[in-house]
Amino acid sequence: MNLLRRKLVKTAAFVGSAASLVGTGVLLPQRVLGAYATDAFAARDVNGAISGSLGSAEHSPSDSVKLKAPDIAENGAVVPVTVSASMSNVVAISIIVAGNPGPLTSTYTLSSACEPFISTRVRMAKTSDVIAVVKADGKLYSATKEVKVTIGGCGG
Amino acid sequence: MASIKIRAKAQDGVTTVKTLISHKMESGQRKDSKTGEKIPAHHITEVMAEHNGKQVMSANWGGAISQNPYLSFKFKGAAAGDTVKISWVDNMGKGDSAEAQIK
Repeated sequence: MNLLRRKLVKTAAFVGSAASLVGTGVLLPQRVLGAYATDAFAARDVNGAISGSLGSAEHSPSDSVKLKAPDIAENGAVVPVTVSASMSNVVAISIIVAGNPGPLTSTYTLSSACEPFISTRVRMAKTSDVIAVVKADGKLYSATKEVKVTIGGCGG
Repeated sequence: MASIKIRAKAQDGVTTVKTLISHKMESGQRKDSKTGEKIPAHHITEVMAEHNGKQVMSANWGGAISQNPYLSFKFKGAAAGDTVKISWVDNMGKGDSAEAQIK
């Protein structure tokens, strides 16, 4: 048996298995390199947006997540959204607008120094649910609020 | 031209950072009213925040963030006089960064 050949085969097998882990989402590429979550933004459904940005689509509604958004947005192009959470160890927050062509608006990676708080302004194409998903201790917690939009912010 | 405005204020150990970036944030969904063709997406994809050179927050943005984006976040462990740096990159490869002192 050629020793060098054995080594090459082993290395190839390892590289292959690591690549398949990335493919199945066990190792999330954007968490490894901090690169842009292209797939998550390309997702056309809410579950794809959540799993693409936070690693799993399973989330449970929680009173610890606070989502502040207007009841009625007169202008869908500028809808202020504020997400905060009362739990500790929050590592990531995603803000999702269910009715948009691409539901994921933005996702935030928080260091341990960060308070679980993000405030921004998003576009909404039409009246729909706004969903805030917070990742803490490996689990996802969410808060949902319907925002009525009188003038859409996409298209036109 | 600086495209970023930063306000950072420390109070009771928590620093609140508010930032405004001037960017058109073209979503890629709009159509040109004359030609009927889609206007290509041109929006910020990543925003990074550093405190004294250490990353505290990073964001991935899509085209659904409003024009001239506003972003606010909070972090602990900073004092007045420390530096906060905000930088952004868009999908056309352009970017900018700015620094501000915490008040």
